[in-house]
Amino acid sequence: MTIARDEVRKVAMLGRLELSEDEENAFAADLDRILAYVDMLNELDTASVEPTTHVASVETPFRDDRVTNAPNTEALVAGAPARDGTYFRVPKIIE
Amino acid sequence: MPTDLTRLTITEAARCLSRRDISSVELTNAVLQRLEAIEPRVHAYLTPCPERAREEAEAADRRLAEGTNVGPLTGIPLAIKDNIATRNLRTTAAARILENFVPPYDATVTARLREAGAVIVGKTNLDEFAMGSSTENSAFVVTRNPRALDRVPGGSSGGSASAVAARECLAALGSDTGGSIRLPAAFCGVVGMKPTYGRVSRYGLIAFASSLDQIGPLGSSVTDCALLLREIAGHDPRDSTSVPLPVPDYVAELGKGVEGMRIGLPREYFVEGMQPEVEESVRAALCTLEGAGATIEEVSLPHTRYGIAAYYLIATAEASSNLARYDGVRYGHRTATRSGLLDMYRRTRREGFGTEVKRRIMLGTYALSAGYYDAYYLKAQKVRTLIRRDFEQAFKRCDVMATPVAPTTAFRIGEKIHDPLQMYLTDVFTTCISLAGLPALSIPCGIDEAGLPIGLQIVGRPYDESGALRCAHAYEQLTDWHRRLPEVPDE
Repeated sequence: MTIARDEVRKVAMLGRLELSEDEENAFAADLDRILAYVDMLNELDTASVEPTTHVASVETPFRDDRVTNAPNTEALVAGAPARDGTYFRVPKIIE
Repeated sequence: MPTDLTRLTITEAARCLSRRDISSVELTNAVLQRLEAIEPRVHAYLTPCPERAREEAEAADRRLAEGTNVGPLTGIPLAIKDNIATRNLRTTAAARILENFVPPYDATVTARLREAGAVIVGKTNLDEFAMGSSTENSAFVVTRNPRALDRVPGGSSGGSASAVAARECLAALGSDTGGSIRLPAAFCGVVGMKPTYGRVSRYGLIAFASSLDQIGPLGSSVTDCALLLREIAGHDPRDSTSVPLPVPDYVAELGKGVEGMRIGLPREYFVEGMQPEVEESVRAALCTLEGAGATIEEVSLPHTRYGIAAYYLIATAEASSNLARYDGVRYGHRTATRSGLLDMYRRTRREGFGTEVKRRIMLGTYALSAGYYDAYYLKAQKVRTLIRRDFEQAFKRCDVMATPVAPTTAFRIGEKIHDPLQMYLTDVFTTCISLAGLPALSIPCGIDEAGLPIGLQIVGRPYDESGALRCAHAYEQLTDWHRRLPEVPDE
C-alpha cells in the first residue's frame, strides 16, 4: 500500500490542514508505515461482529430544558482572536 | 511535626492540618519552595500559580480554623494536567493553538477539588492534546523524569507524574486515553489510576478521543489515589456518558486485603522483546500477592496483539473530529496572514498544531474518509468488540488482572521521537484496557539496573475500581519501592 502525494493533499484538505512539502512527504511515508501495521486487523474475520462505538451501555439521559448558566457574553467573546463588540469577526465568507 | 512537609501523603497532611500542627500556608509554601528549586531541571509545570495557591491556602486555613466545610482535601496542594479546564487560569493542552486560552469555566473535576478546599499549585505539562507517550510532544517544553533527568517521564500525563515524583505537589490529576496516566506513573515510580470509562465526568476535559478519555488521580500512594478518586468520581449531568452509579468509599474498602482474591495473569502480556527485569518484577509481585492470600490464575486475552492497531485507528478518528473545533474563530490562535475563510482555517491549523497532532488528524481523517471508513474505522470498532469479549471471558475466572504497564522502563529523551510507530508501541499493554473501558492502575513494583522504576498494572472489572485499589494497597503494604527510588536533590 502506497499513499500518493495527491492523496495526502486530499486528506489534508478534508482535515483543513495546510501542509508544507516536507510535511506532505513525511506524512505520506508515516501513513504508509502505520497503515501497513494496522493491516493486521484483516487477519480477523469480523463479518458477524457488531462494532463497539461506546463501552458504556447507558441509554441517552434526559433532563429538563432549563437555563442553568447565567448569560455571560463578555466572558465568551473575551478569548476570541478577533471581535467586534460582542460579535466574532471572521473573514468574508462569500467571495 | 514532620521536617519535610513535601514528603507527607494526603492522609498524613490532612491529619496534621486538622490538628493544626501545620497550616495549609506552611504546607503550600514548602511545596512551592521545592517547585522553585527543581523546576528549572524538571519542567513538570506549564503554568505554576504560586500567588493563587497561597490565597487558596489562606482560605483553607480559615476553613480549618472555623472547622466548617473541612474535607480530606482541604488545604492540600494539588496539580492539574493542563488539558483540564480551570476558570481564569490559562489552560493550553500544551498546544500552540491554545497558548493564551483562559477558560471562563471550571471542569467538573476542578470544581469538585475547589469545593473540597484543595489548593491548586499549577497546571502540568503534557503531550499536545494528550497525544503521545513521552510528553516530548508538548509545544512548550520537554518534561524530564525526576528519577533520571535524561529520561522521558512517559506520557501524556508526564507533567503530573513528574510533579508527584519530584514532590512538587502532593498529588495530581491526569487523563488517560490509551495509557496516559498509567505509563507516566510507571515511568516516574508513582501510583496512577484510570477509572472505568464513565466513572469520572469529562466535562471540561479538552477532548482527544471521546469514547476513551477518562480523568484520574496520580499520587505517591494507593490511599492518596483512592482519596482523590472518591472526590472526583460520580455522576455529572453535564457529561452524558458519566454513569449514574453510586460511588463507593474507595478509602474505606482498601483495608479488606486480598485473601481469596483471584488474580488473572494474561499470558499475552509477557512477550518477547520485553526488558527481562520488567517481567521478573511483575512475576515477583504476583508471588508477593500470592503470599498475602491471593490465588493466581493464568488467563488468555487472545486479541491483545490487535490492540494498538484498533486503538490508533479509533483514537485518531475521534481526534480528527474533535479537533475540527479549532478553527481560529471563537478562541485560540488565528493566523495573522490575511486570507479567505478556507485559507484562514488551514493556515491557522498549520501554525497552531504540532507535528504529532497533524499526523493524527491525517490518519484519523483518512480512516474516516469515503472509501476507507469500512476498511479502517468500522473494522477497528469490530475488533474493539472482540477485545472487550476477551476481558469478559477472562473475568469469569478472576477478580482482577495483573500485567506489566510497559515492556520497558523509561526510555531516553529523543530516543523514539522520530519514529511514531515505535512510540505507539510503548502503549502495547495499556490500549486494550482503554478500548474495553476498564479501570486500571499502575503501582511501582521494582527498580531496574539503571535505577528506573518498573510499574505493575492491576486491572479491575467494569466499575470495580475498589478491587484494583484493594489489590494494589495490599501489595504496597508489603513493599517499599517508592521509598527506594532516586530523587532530584534540591540543589
